[in-house]
Amino acid sequence: MPSQEVLNWLRTRFFPHIWCPGCGHGIIMHALLRALVDLGKKKEETVIASGIGCSSRMPGYIDACTLHTTHGRSLAFATGVKLANPELTVIDVMGDGDCTAIGGNHFIHACRRNIDITAIVMNNNIYGMTGGQASPTTPVGAYATTAPYGVLDVPFDICKLAAGAGASYVARATVAHPLLIEKYVRNAVSKKGFAVVEVVTHCHTQFGRKNKRPRPIDNINFFKDNSVMNNKASNMTLEELQGKIVIGEFVNIELPEYIEQYKNLIEEVGGNRG
Amino acid sequence: MAKFVVDVNEKWCKGCGLCVAICPKKVLEFNERVKSEPVRIDDCIGCHQCENICPDFAITVKEAKPNA
Ligand SMILES: Cc1ncc(C[n+]2csc(CCOP(=O)(O)OP(=O)(O)O)c2C)c(N)n1
Ligand code: SF4
Ligand code: SF4
Ligand code: SF4
Ligand SMILES: [Mg+2]
Repeated sequence: MPSQEVLNWLRTRFFPHIWCPGCGHGIIMHALLRALVDLGKKKEETVIASGIGCSSRMPGYIDACTLHTTHGRSLAFATGVKLANPELTVIDVMGDGDCTAIGGNHFIHACRRNIDITAIVMNNNIYGMTGGQASPTTPVGAYATTAPYGVLDVPFDICKLAAGAGASYVARATVAHPLLIEKYVRNAVSKKGFAVVEVVTHCHTQFGRKNKRPRPIDNINFFKDNSVMNNKASNMTLEELQGKIVIGEFVNIELPEYIEQYKNLIEEVGGNRG
Repeated sequence: MAKFVVDVNEKWCKGCGLCVAICPKKVLEFNERVKSEPVRIDDCIGCHQCENICPDFAITVKEAKPNA
């Protein structure tokens, strides 16, 4: 319950929240709110959208203009909100399943469209809410209820996916680095264009239990021990990077933003139809 | 005298243990209700790591006011 300013952004009547004791999603919500306070954002001008999943319950707890939509489709809703009222700050919070499985198509196209929205992807490598099914980011060999002998499919690298699809800001932190999450969210929200912050987090209940990290702290320690900053990682071999989580800012570039282009187009071809 | 105050909101604390484990000075322990409690507040260095790792917004670290 940090500073009063952060508390002011909570719908305290719903607390304690529904997430399991120690769930990483709360650490991310906390960092997001510190970033918004730091940026001087106003609740009535800030939209937080989500899809479905444990992670997607976040907007219910935030006292801003919030939108809890359908599984994987939140970026479509967020895009509509932003186009209708470009003055708003729009943040879309998603889980790994929400973003890269059912919502994968929306995600890559939002990246290439480069609309001024911030996407925060809470990657806990599993479908937490529905009982621990493997997601597109479950590591090879890890156990899930749908992979009792270990996963065979090679996982997506969400940051590479976003960079390849054309996002103008892409960064990754883990819940073991709350101040880094806060910093990257600040940069992402300030970015004019589509910005993606992947936060590697844990679902000790569904993933950790089956993969030798049953307690919340086991996961924090795992992230601390296995994270490498990208400047250091660039001097490491593929072999050395096996099993490591590369964190840092990967993309931070200026690209034409969608709404500006849209406005320009209307000015050019709209107008006088007499 | 302790330089910092560490407030725990017991209504929100779920006893996950993250703050207890993360504190570099071992200031925090579980009490009999399995809630986090500062037991060595004089050792607190005000680093806010417990506050920032708490998924439940249950910890606040403040500077102690002299004579308060
Ligand atoms: C159209 C549709 N398909 C499937 C579901 C079931 N469902 C709910 S949440 C979820 C996965 C959530 O995983 P993730 O986005 O990673 O969130 P987490 O719970 O791990 O935070 C699924 C498959 C649904 N609600 N709607
Ligand atoms: S099931 Fe997993 S993701 Fe969902 S609240 Fe519990 S720990 Fe968090
Ligand atoms: S981190 Fe928060 S919820 Fe967990 S034990 Fe500490 S105060 Fe309680
Ligand atoms: S502020 Fe730092 S030293 Fe003080 S209790 Fe919290 S983690 Fe420990
Ligand atoms: Mg998930």
